[in-house]
Amino acid sequence: MTTTLSARWRSGLLYAGVVAVVAYCLAPFYWMLVSSLRRTSDIFDTSLVPSPVSFENYRAVFDPAQGFGRALLNSLVVAGVTTVLALLLATFTAYAMARLDFRFKRLVLTLVIATSMFPVVSIVVPLLKLFTDVGWINTYQAMIVPSMSFALPLAVWNLTTFFRQMPDELEHAAMVDGCTRGQAFRRVIVPLAAPGIFTTAIITFIAAWNEFLIALSMTNRPDMQTAPVAISKFTGATTYETPFGSQMAAGVLVTVPLVVMVLLFQRRIVAGLTAGAAK
Amino acid sequence: MTKTEVPPEATDGPASAPVTRRRLTGNPARAAAGSGRMAALLVSPTLLVLSVVVAYPTLMALKESLYGPKGLDPATGFISDTEPFVGLRNYADILGEAGDRFWNAFWNTTFFTVVTVGLETVIGVAMALIMHKAFRGRGLVRAGILIPWAVPTAISGLLWRWIFNSDGIANTLIGHQVLWTTEGFHAKVAVIVAEVWKTAPFIGLLVLAGLQVIPKEVYEAARLDGARAPRQFWHITLPLVKPALLVAVLFRCMDALRMFDLPYILVGAQKHSVETLSMLAQNEASNVRFGPASAYAVLLFLYVFLIALAFVRLLGADLVGGGAVGRRPRRRREVAA
Amino acid sequence: MTTQTSTSTARAAAVLAASALLLAACAAPGGGGSGQAGAAASFEGRGPITYVAGKDTSGTVQPTIDRWNRLHPKEKVTFIQLPTDPDAQRQQMIQNAETKSDAYTVLSLDVVWTSEFAAHRWIDRLPEERFPLGEMLDPVVETARYRGGLYAVPASSDGGMLYYRTDLLKKAGIGEPPTTWAEMKADCAKVRELPEARGMSCYAGQAQKYEGLTVNFAEAVNSAGGTVTDANGKPDVDTPEARKGLDFLVGSVKDGTIPKEGITYLEEDGRQAFQAGKLVFLRNWPYVYALAAKSGIKGKYAVAPLPGLNGPGASSLGGHNMALSSSAENKATALDFIRFFTSEENTATFLKEASLAPPYAALYDDKALTGQYPYLPVLKESILRAVPRPRVVRYGDVTAAVQQQAYAALTGDKSSAQALKDLQAALRKSVAR
Repeated sequence: MTTTLSARWRSGLLYAGVVAVVAYCLAPFYWMLVSSLRRTSDIFDTSLVPSPVSFENYRAVFDPAQGFGRALLNSLVVAGVTTVLALLLATFTAYAMARLDFRFKRLVLTLVIATSMFPVVSIVVPLLKLFTDVGWINTYQAMIVPSMSFALPLAVWNLTTFFRQMPDELEHAAMVDGCTRGQAFRRVIVPLAAPGIFTTAIITFIAAWNEFLIALSMTNRPDMQTAPVAISKFTGATTYETPFGSQMAAGVLVTVPLVVMVLLFQRRIVAGLTAGAAK
Repeated sequence: MTKTEVPPEATDGPASAPVTRRRLTGNPARAAAGSGRMAALLVSPTLLVLSVVVAYPTLMALKESLYGPKGLDPATGFISDTEPFVGLRNYADILGEAGDRFWNAFWNTTFFTVVTVGLETVIGVAMALIMHKAFRGRGLVRAGILIPWAVPTAISGLLWRWIFNSDGIANTLIGHQVLWTTEGFHAKVAVIVAEVWKTAPFIGLLVLAGLQVIPKEVYEAARLDGARAPRQFWHITLPLVKPALLVAVLFRCMDALRMFDLPYILVGAQKHSVETLSMLAQNEASNVRFGPASAYAVLLFLYVFLIALAFVRLLGADLVGGGAVGRRPRRRREVAA
Repeated sequence: MTTQTSTSTARAAAVLAASALLLAACAAPGGGGSGQAGAAASFEGRGPITYVAGKDTSGTVQPTIDRWNRLHPKEKVTFIQLPTDPDAQRQQMIQNAETKSDAYTVLSLDVVWTSEFAAHRWIDRLPEERFPLGEMLDPVVETARYRGGLYAVPASSDGGMLYYRTDLLKKAGIGEPPTTWAEMKADCAKVRELPEARGMSCYAGQAQKYEGLTVNFAEAVNSAGGTVTDANGKPDVDTPEARKGLDFLVGSVKDGTIPKEGITYLEEDGRQAFQAGKLVFLRNWPYVYALAAKSGIKGKYAVAPLPGLNGPGASSLGGHNMALSSSAENKATALDFIRFFTSEENTATFLKEASLAPPYAALYDDKALTGQYPYLPVLKESILRAVPRPRVVRYGDVTAAVQQQAYAALTGDKSSAQALKDLQAALRKSVAR
């Protein structure tokens, strides 16, 4: 009897916790959503439900002149390629960090993290000069390559910890069973570390997705701009008027697809990575 | 799950990989060299990419920090084409003449980092623990907590500025008019609230992933031992997610130390209560004084670097597997047991 | 980096204070500039060029460019739109100049950037005889000069005006809008005795610590007969007159003439408060006029020139000038395009379609236009009375110092006397740099 009671208590507590977490994360976002659904003239309203509900801000965002759809696509390409590349390179490096023994390991790790520390504003002018010289202005690679500067360290460090947590007995066993080191890694470690890899991918993707200054500096053609750059070009009807409503609408529009994507991929990717795990 | 046929001595100590290799190949010397070569092969692409995208501009910035702003020629009214070499004077000026502003920004930066990362850690870990429990709709909730982190910083700065407006929802809710965007401690509070909201999910997600890769056997063993929930948390869960947590905290610290957009958009430029080191660097750069701006950036870089070094030390055993101290070998035995 | 903040939108307006600072070292305005290195560059080359400006708010720029492109199929102009935030625009233009890129040809510069861009030789000196400057308002043309040389051509202007509630003033028995601060406060006292004015505040401008504060501070100082810099361009802000100006702002915050939250106001907050019936008087730009007509105070407001200490005050100037990037190609085309874009015909279109204040004097008296924009005569008066705008190369430092000290005085951290003393010292240092 006591156990069921305490179990009920516990699940009650759990759900209270879940509700608290969700409320904490979503309340400000709700405000964003509400603000995006107000008319421009009601923007200072503080009622909890917009009345009347208006989609004028969303229409403004998708006005063809803003090129927002194209910008979302560009963001997807830049952030997607950055994530894939960063994860690929980082997987190799993290594997070496977690599994191989070599000198200068600490140095390499320190170097990797040190590189992600310089304020972007200080590196953008030299990079701009470099890319202008090699003719990379208005190309995807001009945005992808600099994004690696923060994406790679993030991926290397995270993957190293996750690989490191895998008991290496499994790998050894697989190798005893005749797998090569690479196979052992692919079939044993990767599936087990799937949640970690997936989380790293999400976080890297979002970091790249939200990058602004580099994307702004490296492009000057509207068809090459990314979503954050497009958002920065939202305006009110006149110079001083804050386009707050359409900015919030854009905020909703760049956030929600991400979350939906995560939801869709969550199961599939984790399942994919897990498939083939040595049972 | 665990393979008992692996002899314990093969898994202990830093030399585990080469040892295994020897067992497989039967050639110790070649294996050790192979391990080093393989490591070089695996690590070099990363280092190569980073040196192109970071080392080059960073060195340029270092060099730039030794040059002063271009002077104005009073006769022609034009700014000269070249920047004068001033050696370390930019640094001397920052710490001397502009010292008050620098140290104010330094303490603001440190204060924000300590407070926000501290709060984020507590909230993030709590989020992770809750979401690690199985319940219906867990995937949905997990995607939901991504939202604050996924909102672009600039947009979230605007959102919070709206919330903290003098007639905004924050004041409506607390039923008292606080002028959040004026100088004072309340401005710091506004920045902290917004920053913690946005980045606690970052720690939460990484810790959650850390929890998910803990082998279930560990908990089962603990349950068999009769460990109670709090004890389980402090003695099993926390030590096991420590590497993931520390890496998350490290990256949060580095980001917080470079905090710029949020105070700039939410409270505004030139506000002493919230001015950070990055804002100073940005201020110099925007006034076309690239030398002093680079000097600020270098100082900030050094500061962040020291923190990172401390973390590497702290994490060393867990991450680098340096000395055989730390918990890895012990845990392995637990698992293997 | 930061980006879409609108905080700095008012940089567009910035002006007077900044003013004369660098004039110290300069020749008198219009004096030709002795020792001007590099006279007007040669403008050669025809072909495609770009026009670079902040995001077009009204959608009138692209059609104008299209019209040009139809007329000049071999010299097409591509419109490059930068972020809305002026700081981000300036940063991109500087990056373009620092990398000596030819990606940007014609630049739309905020009026306060002219001196900085000219002094760095990021933009070319332009041949005056190619543009109808004589038909433009003098103070507006001055914003495009540096040390007497013409470095840009005005495309639009902007000036501050006093918005007031006609219904309330009438009910309180006041016939004319106030021309002095004392009158304004007295009118307010009368209005606030009305039952329908219960809880209203008297006045607000822009007093948050940002570009708008520089504008408001300079207006107050100039409207009290003070200067931020003297006739020779030396900083001269530590004077009794300047103090009367600053004291108007500080005293208004203290006695509640400006509401407590007024020190957090940007343009939009003030407009909102005025439209919500919380303010009797508001200092703001012409853009408010059309928007307020869609709010609850429709038909209950009008504009007047800004009040001052002993009579009408002096406004600050905003607006944009078109300049030619020195690292660009096809400069002959660029020059033609600037002339086309800033023509009376085109600026009239911008006024009609986008309510941008034109640089041409004649348009302010045009019957059809004043019908559409009743505030035009007041705006013209306001722009004509604006203090001539001297050039400041280190505008960023100057405006930061002004905001720093004015804000300290407004929030009561410093006495106005101390703030002006410190400002004087800070400005001296910026000029000497």
